[in-house]
Amino acid sequence: MSGPPHVDMLRSALGRARGLGSARAGSHHWWAQRLTAIALVPLTLWFIFSVIHLSGESHHVVIDWLSTPLTLSLMLALIVATFHHLQLGMQVVIEDYVHEERVRMGAVLAVRGLCVLLALVCIVSVLKIGL
Amino acid sequence: MRDVRDALMIARNSEGKLVRRPLSPHIQVYRWPVSMALSILHRATGVALGVGTLLLTWWLVAAAGSDDAFNRAQWFIGSAIGLLLLFGWTAALVFHFFSGIRHLVWDAGIGFDAPAYSTSGWGVVIATGVCTLLVWVVGLAVW
Repeated sequence: MSGPPHVDMLRSALGRARGLGSARAGSHHWWAQRLTAIALVPLTLWFIFSVIHLSGESHHVVIDWLSTPLTLSLMLALIVATFHHLQLGMQVVIEDYVHEERVRMGAVLAVRGLCVLLALVCIVSVLKIGL
Repeated sequence: MRDVRDALMIARNSEGKLVRRPLSPHIQVYRWPVSMALSILHRATGVALGVGTLLLTWWLVAAAGSDDAFNRAQWFIGSAIGLLLLFGWTAALVFHFFSGIRHLVWDAGIGFDAPAYSTSGWGVVIATGVCTLLVWVVGLAVW
């Protein structure tokens, strides 16, 4: 009469609610990591050239360099992209190697908090110089 | 053996003795092809660069502070340990940069066959060596 049994959904409602699977945002992490990676390609090149250019220069040269709107904006973009990318990457590493759920979540949150804090410190420093 | 999954891991060897079946090969067993080494190195350099952001943060904070604070940071970076850290950081950054581009190319669906894996892998290694040295030669010449 009826066909062979089949399963429409392989994941329990609890599994979905816990955030371990896709709750319509499954590819967001992956996509954000690629976007920040793409952004960091030119920004990293620019930063390396800038650091070479600035090597051995005195404090006021660095301040002058950061005080143009273009440099300041690029630096802010670099900081945001770097720490976002770092936090996403570290999360993947932690999730792969830390198996105990509480420790894993604690470590991910700690790293994320640290990244946000470091990014803010960098942003405030750069703005203080450049504005 | 209460658990069927455990029981499946038990077998008799050629002498008829009960032994645990070996697990599937792991990194101690495999030889290290370039693809595997670079995959591990991509992660390792990523984590190392994360630690390296502390140096970047210190430098920016110092630059936002007094001349003394900036000079202290510059002094540390110019010291033997500082230069060693900076060299390691440059190498890690350049490697992660090229290796990351390799990953982005894969994401676009290009270069998945084994020979391409190997070629692009060695390409990353060579590009990292050349560009790291280039950055330092030019950097020291300017300095």
